[in-house]
Amino acid sequence: MDSVNQNQTPSLIMTGIGKSFPGVRALNGVDFKLRRGEIHALMGENGAGKSTLVKVLTGVYPLDEGTIELDGTPVSIRSTQDAQRLGISTVYQEVNLCGNLTVAENLFLGREPRSLGLIDWKAMNRKAAELLQELNIIAEPTVQLDSYSIAVQQMIAIARAVNTDCKFLILDEPTSSLDTDEVKKLFTLMRQLKEKGVGIIFITHFLEQVYEICDRITVLRNGELVGEYEVEKLPRLELVTKMMGKELENLSDLSSSKDQLHTDEEPLLEARELSSGTSKIAPFDLKIHKGEVVGFAGLLGSGRSELVRALYGADKAVQGQLFVKGKSVKIKKPLDAIKKGMAYLPEDRKVDGIFADLSVRENIIIALQAKHGLKRMTRREMEKYADEYIKLLNIKTASMETPIKSLSGGNQQKVILARWLLTHPEFMILDEPTRGIDVGTKTEIQKLILKLAAEGMSVAFISAEIDEMLRTCSRIVVMRDRRKVGELTQSEMNQSTIMRTIAGEGGQ
Amino acid sequence: MKDDRKTTLPGQGLWIKRKGLSNTGILLLITITLFVLLYAMSLILFKDSNFAKFSVFFNLFNNKAYLLMLALGLTVVIITGSIDISVGGVTGLVSMVIATMLMDGRTNAWWTIPVSVAIGLAFGIVQGYLIAYLEIQPFIVTLSGMFFARGMICVINASSVPITDEQFMSWSSAKLYIPFLYNERRNGTRDVAYLTPAAIVAIVILIILIITLKKTKFGRSLYAIGGNPQSALLMGINVRRTRFLAHVLCGLLAGVGGFLYTLFAPSGNPGNGYGYEIDAISSSVIGGAMLTGGIGLPIGTLFGVLINALIERVVPLLGIVDASWPRIITSAFLFAFVVLQSVFSNAGMKGGFKLLLPGWMKGKVKMELKETVKS
Amino acid sequence: MNLHISKDKSLEPARKPFLKKLLSSRLTFSLVILLIVVVQNIITTPTFFRITITNGLISGYIPDILDEASLLVIVSLGMTLVIAATGGVDISVGSIMAIAASFCGLMLNGPEYRTDVYHSPYFLALLVGLLGGALCGAFNGFLVAGLKLQPMIATLILFTAGRSIAKQITHGQTIYIMNPTFKYLGVQIPGVPVRTTIIVSFVMILIVVLFTKLTSLGLYVQSVGINGASSRLVGLNARVIKFMVFVISGVLAGAAGLVGSSSLGSVNSGELGLNLEMDAILAVALGGNLLSGGKFSIAGTVIGAYTIQAITTTLYAMNVRADQLNVFKALIIIVIIVANSDVFKERIRKLTGKVVRKNVSVGG
Repeated sequence: MDSVNQNQTPSLIMTGIGKSFPGVRALNGVDFKLRRGEIHALMGENGAGKSTLVKVLTGVYPLDEGTIELDGTPVSIRSTQDAQRLGISTVYQEVNLCGNLTVAENLFLGREPRSLGLIDWKAMNRKAAELLQELNIIAEPTVQLDSYSIAVQQMIAIARAVNTDCKFLILDEPTSSLDTDEVKKLFTLMRQLKEKGVGIIFITHFLEQVYEICDRITVLRNGELVGEYEVEKLPRLELVTKMMGKELENLSDLSSSKDQLHTDEEPLLEARELSSGTSKIAPFDLKIHKGEVVGFAGLLGSGRSELVRALYGADKAVQGQLFVKGKSVKIKKPLDAIKKGMAYLPEDRKVDGIFADLSVRENIIIALQAKHGLKRMTRREMEKYADEYIKLLNIKTASMETPIKSLSGGNQQKVILARWLLTHPEFMILDEPTRGIDVGTKTEIQKLILKLAAEGMSVAFISAEIDEMLRTCSRIVVMRDRRKVGELTQSEMNQSTIMRTIAGEGGQ
Repeated sequence: MKDDRKTTLPGQGLWIKRKGLSNTGILLLITITLFVLLYAMSLILFKDSNFAKFSVFFNLFNNKAYLLMLALGLTVVIITGSIDISVGGVTGLVSMVIATMLMDGRTNAWWTIPVSVAIGLAFGIVQGYLIAYLEIQPFIVTLSGMFFARGMICVINASSVPITDEQFMSWSSAKLYIPFLYNERRNGTRDVAYLTPAAIVAIVILIILIITLKKTKFGRSLYAIGGNPQSALLMGINVRRTRFLAHVLCGLLAGVGGFLYTLFAPSGNPGNGYGYEIDAISSSVIGGAMLTGGIGLPIGTLFGVLINALIERVVPLLGIVDASWPRIITSAFLFAFVVLQSVFSNAGMKGGFKLLLPGWMKGKVKMELKETVKS
Repeated sequence: MNLHISKDKSLEPARKPFLKKLLSSRLTFSLVILLIVVVQNIITTPTFFRITITNGLISGYIPDILDEASLLVIVSLGMTLVIAATGGVDISVGSIMAIAASFCGLMLNGPEYRTDVYHSPYFLALLVGLLGGALCGAFNGFLVAGLKLQPMIATLILFTAGRSIAKQITHGQTIYIMNPTFKYLGVQIPGVPVRTTIIVSFVMILIVVLFTKLTSLGLYVQSVGINGASSRLVGLNARVIKFMVFVISGVLAGAAGLVGSSSLGSVNSGELGLNLEMDAILAVALGGNLLSGGKFSIAGTVIGAYTIQAITTTLYAMNVRADQLNVFKALIIIVIIVANSDVFKERIRKLTGKVVRKNVSVGG
């Protein structure tokens, strides 16, 4: 951490940035400052406004309020070309280069050196070699890009960005697909750019990496600025609490008051070294007992959804072992899980949950129907069930035949909940079940979960709100940076411990 | 230390890399080798059929000049990851229009040139707009284009129209002799190789295309949007416009191809051009273009066309009279090459063999910038 | 991207007034078009409503249309399911008709190309024909569900090669089945005044409706078509369902082939069901079904099929040739697809939005 830069005045100053979309205030009076030669992390949870801020800076969205100053001069950024011209470059999470073209071509696409109006390949290759050497990237200009690993491709993408006279570089989740060695190489390159005076915005979910390479951190929450901090002076725990919106002093020791659990019994579900092929979580072990409500805490991107999906077989190619009631099972697809008594309420109901054009009734009965194969449930049965659950969950709909797309988000969520409750599962996975739901309904659902658990249902519960989990869960699994880092039992469960575990024991 | 030259990207496989020889290079090498092999075999097997004569070799160019145009147009479009199956219909339409125009001496033969080009352009522009700007799947757009063209042929004239126009026929039978390439016939006269105007036009256009694809910004954009349209967009390329222009170019070349075809077979028949789109696609793919996009070379397409011509010449000599067989054999080669390309792309990957298919076959030609920065 | 929603809008749509509901129903759209065509026909054909009994058969303008449309109706039923489940089209139906008819013809005529003696039991031959259709459907289904090919491309194979295959089955020739009972299926069963084609088409409609409504298949087809990801998560096997709709489409096309060849008394692989796939797609689209898949309506498709037939008959009466007709149909398909494309809808919205916005004053 170079202390020389700490006293510099910022070159890029964004003040009072406001941006609205229909019905949503995405950014509200956000300030952001970046210095030359500084590596600055931009962090925040769901809906924080990180991506919107970056898009305003790179000209994808025009800002509604606020000013942007570069080296003391106010600038107007209304298009991606404007941003480019001002020296602001972005490298995205998915390497945005063309694998079928050579390294040199990728470096210069759109600005190839020319002679007599036509592209001069010799000059291009030569310049490419110089650029790569300067940045210590081991790659040959004439080789096809996709012969190289993603890590190298990413560095080439950075080289391209840097080559355009760039003063500020935005790296959006660059380390998501890299292993430890590759991350080291990336950081070496970043430090090199730092030496050259490039200001870097580093967007990431990985706490450890932030502490390894960044000078400053800006935290956003719900579209507003929480604060800007120097990394050296901000302990991990504080960072986590600021991101999740709790003040350290105010963290109550609100613990849960559940009955003692039958943890000595054989678990209903046991996972050993389980992971799925597509998601990048570390293989995990987990035990879930009958009647338990297990919460999953962690920052956004820590891998909680991936973990529960692995239990359900929602993503392809599950590796490791899974035991249900002591017997080893192979769950390759959701139907297998459903047959073993599992249910899954997905995080994104629009994409994974609802059948938009089908009626509320059809949406409710579909999972139970799928269990029966081609044998159709009678109309009367369907109406009986639909009616039952519309009343039970207080679903507001004109009739059970209304297409579900006309319902509000909260009511849609209730329909999907009804869908799974109807199958009377032994184990239910709820991924953010109360997101976007009004307070009254939230409490209803939490009470419902407790009731079901008392009746013997096991629940896996993911929520961004720790209070909610404390109220309903008897155990909390903590995840950080895509791996399971801890489990808290009843007695250990309170807000500050949870935060501490997320942050990583040891404060700084 | 990890060898950074090997990739384990999902779906990418392991391309064997040598200094200076890329995937494209390997494919081209295979194509040229295939052609040389086939020609050598023909030389040996059919001693009496004069394959050793220069004139016979050059006639491969002369007879298939039109196909080279169609195939080059397809190559351009295939490189962008799209497809155009209307070129056969356009060819037929152009020849019928020319024949009708020249009936009874109504029009001066010189007018047929701009008209052919205009017809091709019209198809290219309309189809290009629907595909690039309205994002409708290229297969269905160009399939409709083909139906439309074939329908229009019958609307103009449901029966054959021979061409008798003197001017046009003089172009058709013109020959440019190459004095130093000749063979002695048994009766002492010389059999001199020649090129038709069509072949010359085709070669000139080939050279222009080679330069365009290698050395102009437009040419490189074609490869970029074929390789990764999302990235190309972020790198500042106007993906829609490039794709639009690719289809316009293909239409233009189809119009020219139609004109050259009519020079070769001067008559307007309702069945003209039937199946030529398949020949054009085979020539491109055998020439090294990958249907998945981003890879292909015009010079390879030339060899693809030559192989096509050679097969057509050789099959009757094997005693197979049915006229549909040469196309069946070429299609078999097409399939073999698609499999071969998939093999190369999959080599070194665990999980066995996966047939690589282009986006338009699976239903996606996406050009919009997706949400890449998550909040 | 999940933006923080500041308000939880709980809106429930008020009970729609009946008239509004009727107007916005997709079925109404197709009924209106049919109505327009029928009215136009009534005006130009004075004998429109006249029904006579000729040679023991009910004839007249309306019965003729019902008869001519029967093949289209049968094939369109299968097409509806394919489009609903996959959002793609089956263009091989015409060829499958030829293949099924060829199998049947081969069984009946044996090695001869013109005979009135059956070489195999009649019903067995029919069954073999239907199986042939099922087999073709299975082939298509494998390509789409197994290899994940786009339906139009997968069915393109049979579209191009199918008729040649069918021809080879009947030794490369058109065969003539002279036995009078062969025509029962496609023309008339003696003593029954209604043409058999009409009866068969109605029976097929009934079978498909019962099959999709009495089993859960109809619901599954819609679910898979609306949201493949959600279908998987609720335990449905999308691949199996897609495979099944192609087999069903194949069987229905096979049935149409049997009826078609029966009405002619011969199996002509080059002509049977030619260009019927385009008409079927149009019928489904005109029936108010989205070409992108999801919810479907058999009633809509049937209405659409009769509408297309009425339009075709009208145009033929105006001396339009078959190949010229193809041009029109190709254009109509393009128009429908363009109108359904997301980008186009976006542009229209912006255009109409701009007009509205001009009237609103710009606030602070």
